[in-house]
Amino acid sequence: MAFAAFATAEAQAEAPKRRSRIALFLLLPGILYLILFFLTPLISLLLTSLQAPAEFGDIGVYDYAFNWQNYVDVVQQYLPHIARSFGYALAATVFALLFSYPLAYFIGVKARRWPLLQSLMLVLVIAPFFISFLLRTLAWKQLLSDESFIITSLKALSLMAPDAHFTGTPFAVIFGLTYNFIPFMTLPLYTTLERLDTRYLEAGSDLYAGPFAVFRKITIPLSMPGIVAGTLLTFIPAAGDYVNASRDFLGGPDTQMMGNVIEANFLVLLNYPAAAALSIILMAAILVLVGIYVKRSGTEDLL
Amino acid sequence: MSVREFAERGADLQLVGIQKRFPGFTAIEELDLTIPAGSFFALLGPSGCGKTTTLRLVAGLEEPTRGRILIGGTDVTDTKSHERPVNTVFQSYALFPHMTVIENVAFGLKRRRIGDALGKAHEALRLVELDHLAQRRPQQLSGGQQQRVALARAIVNRPALLLLDEPLGALDLKLRRQMQLELKTIQEEVGLTFLHVTHDQEEAMTMADTVAVMNKGAIEQMGAPAELYELPRTVFVANFLGQSNLFTGEVVDTTSTALTVDAGGTRIVVPTARAQRHRGTVAVGVRPEKVTLHTHEPAGSADRNVVGPGRVLDVSFSGVSTQYLVDLGALGTVLVFAQNVGFGPVAALGSEVWVSWEIMHGFGLDDVPGEAGRFPADDSTTSIAAQRRDSLVSELEEG
Repeated sequence: MAFAAFATAEAQAEAPKRRSRIALFLLLPGILYLILFFLTPLISLLLTSLQAPAEFGDIGVYDYAFNWQNYVDVVQQYLPHIARSFGYALAATVFALLFSYPLAYFIGVKARRWPLLQSLMLVLVIAPFFISFLLRTLAWKQLLSDESFIITSLKALSLMAPDAHFTGTPFAVIFGLTYNFIPFMTLPLYTTLERLDTRYLEAGSDLYAGPFAVFRKITIPLSMPGIVAGTLLTFIPAAGDYVNASRDFLGGPDTQMMGNVIEANFLVLLNYPAAAALSIILMAAILVLVGIYVKRSGTEDLL
Repeated sequence: MSVREFAERGADLQLVGIQKRFPGFTAIEELDLTIPAGSFFALLGPSGCGKTTTLRLVAGLEEPTRGRILIGGTDVTDTKSHERPVNTVFQSYALFPHMTVIENVAFGLKRRRIGDALGKAHEALRLVELDHLAQRRPQQLSGGQQQRVALARAIVNRPALLLLDEPLGALDLKLRRQMQLELKTIQEEVGLTFLHVTHDQEEAMTMADTVAVMNKGAIEQMGAPAELYELPRTVFVANFLGQSNLFTGEVVDTTSTALTVDAGGTRIVVPTARAQRHRGTVAVGVRPEKVTLHTHEPAGSADRNVVGPGRVLDVSFSGVSTQYLVDLGALGTVLVFAQNVGFGPVAALGSEVWVSWEIMHGFGLDDVPGEAGRFPADDSTTSIAAQRRDSLVSELEEG
């Protein structure tokens, strides 16, 4: 996995016993935290996902069981939502990468000579974080609503059909996801590109590589750690996102993603086992996809 | 010349009226230089003299503010670096960390779509005796090995012109010697034109057949290493290339063969043919190893300059030779290198000595130490600050 690569490559010399005990002691809070806030809910979620409805209970009352049928049911019922989740997340990741790479390249490489400009642009990338994620998404809903200046202008210019909407469409959801996760893509890309040694680019140019070949053969491979980190930081939360696709924000009835379905099952339908099973599926699917991705991109030793 | 094919042989390099300004300072004032095909040419100078900038201009990594660059008679001034038949061995080697050694070496060939890139790359690696490490990553190699890979990556392309930017800077002494020989052998074998940039005078003198000494963005003197060493024309060259004893004085007598200079009351004679200036105030000098130390006043001779008596200020023994610093009063101090053919030092610290050298070994310079301004006479804070700024600027330029 990508995270194992953060460990140092060289084998650690055997430390004295006493020091390793101190290390263990220092690790304790972290381990306790993980047990309490990661392992326990995970096990609880797993158990919930296998529950069966109580025989003589109200709606929303379940007994512990080994009802694996829950998984089959949710997959059958919510397959379009699962596919939509990953499709939207993938599209948003690609768009965010296409938008962020030139931006990060400019800040990290071209703007090196002007540190002030560099800091200013970084602040601008982070600035959206100062406003709540929900508020920003709501603002976009206003900006892109049927009565908004943008949409009425587009319609006046006949660039949009008079009866068309933007909010509630897949485009709006993908737009929202892309917009919201751009900083998560830009920052890791910036950190790798900022360290990019331009002497390699000069060497490539000296060795008969034109600007495009230099970019493809040298810049991209050398910035691969940033690309992998950025795409993971975008894809994983985007696949589980339930704000952008929600009917209250940029989505509509036909744009519901897994997050929305899980939310509905938990809070509206009170079908906890189905919600839990969906959560587990989402998590497992992301783990598998990410594992394949990191393996394929061959960046384990670069991270 | 197309970059799609190998250069048949080295090409001439011509720099015509080159000037390079950076925001805030001028790296190269005015440079005219012709390097004939097949030669091993070294640009020698202290850091910040503009030599690395010159190299980057030839490689196409910088654009000259003014002037033209011609390679093999073709004007390449407006050609991008990837279209020039030139390859560089970078000071930092700049081996691509995400590629194996063989991929690094084959990179240029593949970009030019030359057939059998891998075969030719292996051949180049065999030349530098590193073929057994072809599958390694550059960071798994030692500094010397990386240097050889960088060399293989450049010469495999058979460029008309090979640029070397202080390529031996990071190596230890033994490896340096080995690489110097290897480079020289390769140059003779493949017949390329080499342009070598260095601040190491010994490296330049052992390897190059022509050395140009650069100072403050201009070439001070150019010639074969022995010629530069034996007959420096300026104070800068006399001091930068080896060490020199310099004396400044008025010319009192000139004949067709000998020039007599009165330096602080002592008459020093140099051959007229070896003096650049024949009247007024001139600087004359002699190399420390040409000077002989005497413990008794030597008999006067027509073909020797004899100066003394003076006092030995410092004796430092370095195995093969001993270095004496002799105070000659009004004439200043003189450095003497004496081969240790006997045992131990000849003169003790503080003893009274005379120095002498053959007149034919002396040389007369074109400028005098004050003019050269290598060490400004006034050490006011403003001049120190100005110097500090210049050195910082030159460091920036080097980087």
